[in-house]
Amino acid sequence: MEEHSYNLFLGCVIPNRLPQIEAATRLVAPKLGIKIEEMKGASCCPAPGVIRSFDNETWLAIVSRNISIAEENGHDMLILCNGCYGTLIAGVHALQDPTTLERVNKLLAGVKRKVKGSVKAKHLTEVLYKDIGMERIEETITRPINARCAIHLGCHLLKPSDIRPWGTVEDFTVVDELVELTGATVVDYKLADMCCGAGGGLRSAELKVSLDMVREKLEAIKQAKADCLVNVCNFCHLQFDIGQVQVNKEFGTDYQIPILYYTQLLGLAQGFTPKQMGLDKHYISVEPFLEKIGMSL
Amino acid sequence: MLDRRIIDGNKFNQKLADEMAEAGYDRIRACIQCGTCTATCPAGRRTAYRTRQLIRKALLGLREEVLSDPTLWLCTTCGTCQERCPRKIEITDAITFLRNLAVEAGYMRPEHRGVSHKFIKTGHAVPIDDEKWSKLRESLGLPPLPPTVHCYPKALREVQKLLKKTGFDKLVEYKGDD
Ligand code: SF4
Ligand code: SF4
Repeated sequence: MEEHSYNLFLGCVIPNRLPQIEAATRLVAPKLGIKIEEMKGASCCPAPGVIRSFDNETWLAIVSRNISIAEENGHDMLILCNGCYGTLIAGVHALQDPTTLERVNKLLAGVKRKVKGSVKAKHLTEVLYKDIGMERIEETITRPINARCAIHLGCHLLKPSDIRPWGTVEDFTVVDELVELTGATVVDYKLADMCCGAGGGLRSAELKVSLDMVREKLEAIKQAKADCLVNVCNFCHLQFDIGQVQVNKEFGTDYQIPILYYTQLLGLAQGFTPKQMGLDKHYISVEPFLEKIGMSL
Repeated sequence: MLDRRIIDGNKFNQKLADEMAEAGYDRIRACIQCGTCTATCPAGRRTAYRTRQLIRKALLGLREEVLSDPTLWLCTTCGTCQERCPRKIEITDAITFLRNLAVEAGYMRPEHRGVSHKFIKTGHAVPIDDEKWSKLRESLGLPPLPPTVHCYPKALREVQKLLKKTGFDKLVEYKGDD
């Protein structure tokens, strides 16, 4: 069985707030022939909506340091967060310009590092769809999921499209296909492509506006009678899960929509238990969804 | 007061547009004020934030007005306007650039300063700053700390050194442990 090695870029939110996504991904990966290499000493990507909004040079210096760690290990990066993905792919892109590369290396020399911009920044979905392939993933599925799933892509998976590997923004079906591979049905809903509202520094400084956006999406998902929402970005995941609790408090609503990160859904379909996938650590109970598919915590 | 006033022509100048052009956003001058950006904006749909108006003001050179406007911080950087602009203007990137200028001019939200201080202190914008997060990791069979700067003090020092070099600590008024 062919193995693919990747540098796992963890970022901040996954290891420090939602380790259930880290645990699920680490369990699912070997079944797919994904070998994980640790990026020892990596830092915040840094976050595009905050740190890059404050100072681009700082953003560039730190993202370049992270890229240099990946280069030492010599594999492409596997990224689970759309924010980290946006930063790392833009960072690698920026380093292709010789003047920028020279300027950055002058900075990095102060900490005895060097960067080339030679590794690729790949989102989980790209690794699954393009490197591993649908057939290989399908072979690992032993317990098909019979449920109606809404999906949320997250803005930076696809945008800005000129430095993304997909060539499309409007008719992107990769996540639909990955979800349906588990046996689930993807349901459409109003504003399916809309932003979750977490990015751009809004969750930290404009929480109410940020929550109002996810509230609009939650209402639409409820109307569509989906059993859960599946996402491919932990920051969107956090906004939908923790944010849902905050929405209910702020707006007096009572949304109870289970939120699953893609590798958690895939893991269930591969025969892992809900606990192994960390589903007991969610803020909004996942039980109604589990009940629907004949499982429990 | 609603923003319906007629702007005094004497306040116009090219400086901001020039700065933006120099930073690589010269296409902003191709804006035809079609309003596609405002129409697609999830933030503008629920707040007083107007993307088209922001671009216009930037072009007219109302520097202080643009940089001090709190609505500049309502953009989620979703990128939709940038994808749909018929003049292929890098709107989202230009907004990020304007935010850099705003921070330089001293317009920074205290919450954002707080995130920046955490980043300087720990190397993570969202760090493990409470034992409960390490416990949560352990309950999932993971080591209490991830193999990031959290495990490697030397790596954290590297990050901090770089942040000093770029002047980020001064920019966000970081004065050591607080
Ligand atoms: S979409 Fe583009 S051309 Fe139209 S108003 Fe916005 S920036 Fe100008
Ligand atoms: S990138 Fe910002 S300005 Fe453009 S549509 Fe999204 S939220 Fe609105």
